[in-house]
Amino acid sequence: MTTMSRVPRLAVALTLALFVPFAARAELVIEITQGVDDPTPIAVVPFAGTGAIPEDLAGVVQADLARSGQFAPVDRGDMLSLPSSEAEIFYRDWRAIDTEYLLIGRASAGEELRIDYALYDVNRQREVTTGTVTGPVNEARMLAHRVSDAIYERLTGIPGAFATRLLYVSVTRNPGGKDYYRLTLADSDGARPIVLLESREPVMAPTWAPDASQVAYVSFETGRPAIFRQDLRTGAREQLTNFRGLNSSPAWSPDGNTLALVLSKDGSPDIYLLDLASKRLKRITRHYAIDTEPTWMPDGKSLLFTSDRGGRPQIYRYNLQSGITDRVTFEGVYNARARVAQDGRNVALVHQQDGQYHIAIHDLVTERLHVLTSTDLDESPSIAPNGSMVLYATKLGDRGILSAVSVDGGVKFRLPARSGDVREPAWSTYISQ
Amino acid sequence: MNQLPSPGKALTLLFTAAFLVACSGSDTKEDEAAAEAARQAEVAAAEAAREAERRAVEEVAAAEQRELEQAAMAAGTVFYFDFDSSVLKPEAQQALDAHIALLRTSDESVRLEGHTDERGTRDYNMALGERRANAVRDYMVVNGIASYRIETISYGEEKPVAYGSGEANWSQNRRVELVK
Repeated sequence: MTTMSRVPRLAVALTLALFVPFAARAELVIEITQGVDDPTPIAVVPFAGTGAIPEDLAGVVQADLARSGQFAPVDRGDMLSLPSSEAEIFYRDWRAIDTEYLLIGRASAGEELRIDYALYDVNRQREVTTGTVTGPVNEARMLAHRVSDAIYERLTGIPGAFATRLLYVSVTRNPGGKDYYRLTLADSDGARPIVLLESREPVMAPTWAPDASQVAYVSFETGRPAIFRQDLRTGAREQLTNFRGLNSSPAWSPDGNTLALVLSKDGSPDIYLLDLASKRLKRITRHYAIDTEPTWMPDGKSLLFTSDRGGRPQIYRYNLQSGITDRVTFEGVYNARARVAQDGRNVALVHQQDGQYHIAIHDLVTERLHVLTSTDLDESPSIAPNGSMVLYATKLGDRGILSAVSVDGGVKFRLPARSGDVREPAWSTYISQ
Repeated sequence: MNQLPSPGKALTLLFTAAFLVACSGSDTKEDEAAAEAARQAEVAAAEAAREAERRAVEEVAAAEQRELEQAAMAAGTVFYFDFDSSVLKPEAQQALDAHIALLRTSDESVRLEGHTDERGTRDYNMALGERRANAVRDYMVVNGIASYRIETISYGEEKPVAYGSGEANWSQNRRVELVK
């Protein structure tokens, strides 16, 4: 909470549903609570348009850049001119308001939507990059996010992760009645939410297939926990497990062929591998302790998991080739539910410190752990595909909300729901175009 | 209770019949008739006695059953646990004893639902909830309830009874519920 006032310029609630008259209203609201100390000023000029442009495309880009915490977008009201071509740019207009970069664009909507954009360096008075994205008109927001990705990468050297999607679980408590559990799919900014499953019984542990075409999750809809997978294009749904005891923690292998999961049918919870084509099941841990929360290393050669075989929950690593298990975390009495960044180095996990649960990053190379959050009851970390941010669930008052923090701890934003509790965010891989 | 014939009353009836037979006159036909009447009375009395006995046993059993049911009801169907623990507390064992005593009188099945508080990760808590349900199951099995009669399920931290944080809420959520 002490970080709230550090960057007052960014401490604004951006209601991202404002420009989405045709799509479902976003359930999540984004509140940026902390940006970098010296964010780069950038002006994102409203794009000129021909045809029926269904979105404020520049507004989507501007919100993306603001949410990254690394940019301080110029208010539209402060803009002295609204160029949409290089000939219309008067650099003095932008120097006058201390802008470092200027992004302009033109969109045309016909059978397809096409966005041409150009980025200029105000001080050097020259073009930095230009580009074009095209796609279906009803994917206008995703196209705008792709512009954001290109700009972000050009200016930071790191690929953007805006043209991605989120899964999350929300719960509506009904006084006197039963709760409603919903699994929702939304864009990375919370826009365009689609309910994939609604149930009176718990829904848990949503996770992505590596190509982002399918999701897997645990549903109690049969009266017992079972793992399901659902195809996002066809909507086809398949129940994968129905064993006595736990059926939990599905995790897709990087090649998409195998699902790691947790079953307790043989006694205590152990990690199993389910071959999705043959449906053959292979048990890979055998221990009377709790083994759970498997996650794959990006190379697919080993898995991290949580086990209390040492007395308290810690992260262990199982090597699929050697069959050897070794302990990964030693700092503190509680480290659980690891998620590995695509670099195979940064591991986001839940770490207990002074009785509170925080999100931390454990570096597999230096074997050092650093705590990223100061709130309590933080859980379910999920790393952006570019490795820059960790999305997680926490509590604000009595409500469950989503929150995000950069892996260096410098940028923070919150995504509370308009109502009810939200939890278990899962950030997708890059969506294939 | 008072309206029912007691075994004592039945015996009195029997003795009266026997006395009547013993004191009957010398006329053969009358003797035979009297003997027949006495025999019938004897059979009726014996039957009444058996019936009374049966009802009395039933009554005692029903009373015992009611007592067991009341004890089980008084014990409650929720058993609480300490933080990150699946060890049955003495008061939980005592409460379970009442349920076990009642379950021994039937072949009813039960479902044990394990729960945790919100602290810690969700999937680890699923495992912890199962451990708690298993701890209750094992206690019941050791005390003579067949394991096939017991189904266990863990809900982890997904179904709290007390929303909100703090030990006052958490302690209510760390539980196993017995459901019939």
